[in-house]
Amino acid sequence: MDSMTLIAVASISTAGLTIAVGSIGPALGEGKAVSTALSSLAQQPDAAATITRTLFVGLAMIESIAIYCFVISMILIFANPFWNHAIAQTTGK
Amino acid sequence: MHLSPDEMIFWRHGFLKLNATIVFTWALMFALTAGSILVTRKLSTDLTRSRWQNLLEILVTGIVKQIEDIGLGDPKRYLGFLGTLFLFVAAANLCTIIPGYEPPTSSLSTTAALALCVFVAVPLFGIENQGIGGYLKSYAEPTVIMLPFNIISEISRTLALAVRLFGNMMSGAMIVGILLTITPFVFPIVMTALGLLTGMVQAYIFTVLAAVYIAAATRTQEPILEIAPRT
Repeated sequence: MDSMTLIAVASISTAGLTIAVGSIGPALGEGKAVSTALSSLAQQPDAAATITRTLFVGLAMIESIAIYCFVISMILIFANPFWNHAIAQTTGK
Repeated sequence: MHLSPDEMIFWRHGFLKLNATIVFTWALMFALTAGSILVTRKLSTDLTRSRWQNLLEILVTGIVKQIEDIGLGDPKRYLGFLGTLFLFVAAANLCTIIPGYEPPTSSLSTTAALALCVFVAVPLFGIENQGIGGYLKSYAEPTVIMLPFNIISEISRTLALAVRLFGNMMSGAMIVGILLTITPFVFPIVMTALGLLTGMVQAYIFTVLAAVYIAAATRTQEPILEIAPRT
C-alpha cells in the first residue's frame, strides 16, 4: 500500500467515524433538552417565551458540536491538506 | 464541488481577486442600505403609511422586544449593532433561494469577521457601562483562580460563533450539492427549504448570543439566559 492509498483510506474512514461518533452525543443531548423543555412548558405555560428562547439557544449550542464534526469530516474528504500534498507530489514527478 | 464561495473568482487583476464572497457581501450591503434609505425618506406618523414602512417598523419593534426580553436595559442603545447583525445574516441566508447566489455566510472569512465585531463590541459596551476597572474586575469573578478560564472562554466563544454559522450554512449548501448529483430533482428542494429554516434560526441564534454576551459584560441586570460559554 503506497502513501496515497493509505492517506485516502485513513481520511475516508475517519470522516465516516467522525460523523457517526460525533452525532451520538448531540442527539442524546438534544433529546434530553427538548423533553425537559416540553415538561417545563406543560408546568409553566406562562413562561413559554423564555423557555422557548433558552431552548433554541441551547439547541444551537448542542447542534454546533455536531456541526464541528461535520466540518471536520468535510475537510477530510474535500479539502484534505495531506491528500492535496500527495497529489501535488505525484503530478509533479 | 467547492467548500466555500471564496473559490469562485469573478475578476482577477494581479494579486487582487474579486471572489463571490466579496461581491455578494457588497451587493447585500448595497441592497440593505439603499432599501433603508429609500423607505425612510418619506416616513409618516399618521395612520396611513406605506407597506415598506410597516415592514421596517415590524422589524425594528420585534428586534427591540427581543433585546428587552434577554435582559438588556435600554435596548435602543444596542439596536444599531444587534439589529444590523441580525438583518445582514438573515438577508444573506434568505437570499439562497435566488439561483446562482452563494451565501457569503458560508465562507469562514465572513463569519470570522462578524464574530470579531462581537468580540470587539462586547468589551466596548462593558467599559462604557462599568468603567475600565469594573469591567476588568468582572474577569476575576467569582475568584481570581477563574481569571485564565474567563479569558479562554472569551476567545473560545468567539471561535464558536464563527464556526457555528459557517458550519451550518456550508453544510446546507454542501448537502444540496451532493443530493443534486445522486437523487431526482424533488428531494433537494426539501433540503433547500430546511436550509432556509436553518439559516433563519442561525441568524436569530447569532444575534441572541451576541446580546447575551453584551448583557453579561454590562451587568445591567443578571441575564435571564444563564449559559456557560463553551466551544
